[in-house]
Amino acid sequence: MKYLDEYRDSEAAAGYARALARITTRPWTLMEVCGGQTHSIVKFGVDELLPEAVTLVHGPGCPVCVTPLELIEKALEIASRPGVIFCSFGDMLRVPGHAKDLLTVKAEGGDVRIVYSPLDAVAIARQHPDRQVVFFAVGFETTAPANAMAVFQADAQGIDNFSLLVSHVLVPPAMEAILSSSLNRVQGFLAAGHVCTVMGYTEYEPIASKYNVPIVVTGFEPLDLLQGVYLCVKQLEEGRAVVENQYARAVRREGNRPAQDLVRQVFRVVPRKWRGVGEIPRSGLGLQERFGRFDAEARFGVAARAVEEPAECISGLVLQGLKKPHECPAFATRCTPERPLGATMVSSEGACAAYYRYRRMKPVELTHGVPA
Amino acid sequence: MCLAVPGRIISIEDGDPLLRSGRVDFGGVVKRVNLAYVPEARIDDYVLVHVGFAISTVDEVEARQVFRYLQQMGELAELEASEGAP
Repeated sequence: MKYLDEYRDSEAAAGYARALARITTRPWTLMEVCGGQTHSIVKFGVDELLPEAVTLVHGPGCPVCVTPLELIEKALEIASRPGVIFCSFGDMLRVPGHAKDLLTVKAEGGDVRIVYSPLDAVAIARQHPDRQVVFFAVGFETTAPANAMAVFQADAQGIDNFSLLVSHVLVPPAMEAILSSSLNRVQGFLAAGHVCTVMGYTEYEPIASKYNVPIVVTGFEPLDLLQGVYLCVKQLEEGRAVVENQYARAVRREGNRPAQDLVRQVFRVVPRKWRGVGEIPRSGLGLQERFGRFDAEARFGVAARAVEEPAECISGLVLQGLKKPHECPAFATRCTPERPLGATMVSSEGACAAYYRYRRMKPVELTHGVPA
Repeated sequence: MCLAVPGRIISIEDGDPLLRSGRVDFGGVVKRVNLAYVPEARIDDYVLVHVGFAISTVDEVEARQVFRYLQQMGELAELEASEGAP
């Protein structure tokens, strides 16, 4: 397909690998922010083309993975109610709650439906005025314009039996949380291409200068990722720390203004809890007061609840780039995509699932005698 | 989750700007796509589509920069084949 296949050219990839090897003089640790990038890196073996000195760690950019357990529990409770049609992207259905997942609710007779777009959920609400239709609105900035449009259209068309269970998160605050941690080892970022398609990249400029960290807006194909790594390492080697745009075919500095305008009309910035990480101030989106009647949490009165995350799951460390999936003693043994302990093993973009699918390694700790 | 796929616009239905939609061809698979966020997009333009919404037009000139950059770095011999590719 045009604009995909050409960016998988192995000769050009080899060219970038050689160029990168030429300029790399010492060890550097970079983080790719987005789960889509992680998936592509592991699937195409991009990391295996890099000089040994360059390490890629995988970031928090998988919205399915960072949705806190409390919200999964709220989804399960709402989806179990009679009269509800619960709509979601497919990824969320297998994320384990405390006792079950959305697929189990469906098997028990709940009306849980996978949709391709939030507008499909609005259409279902229009077709079933006697039912309550709830859409599980998870996502980063990339998905916010679609969810904003769903609410905006439901409001304009008087579709009152539609609501959103909102779990929207924002990338820049998570990057700052990682950079300000005393454990941080990330020296440069590949910023998430499609998040920047919507938001542009001006909000990353103060982060690059405050933390003296290069940030390269990067696409998702192997050549995009290799060029992103090259540009980032080049900045590090030259002692620079600015925002660069590798993905200019899809990203403009100011982003997509019409999309940002509608997102701002429908959503406001709120604190959000990230699974495995904890609450990060101003790191999520919630509905504006004007659209508050579309908030499923209020509509269904689902009380806040504290749910313990499985103690054995290290997804919080994986999401912050502090551990690699195969460094977890449960990886591929007590935690698999069929029986996941945490969300990073569920979503196809979760780092653990990507490692499991493409790179089944023996957990390194096992050789050091970590008890099973 | 943030997957966006490039496709070519083959028809546009104008009208209410927020409901502006069209049909987009993804290498043979055609889907209806909301075009409200790409008011500048015209038929035959390539757009990046995420959960049923076009979020950007693809800039044809910028699309070659990943290869031009490689050329400037002196990896020219390896470049010619890919530069000639469709």
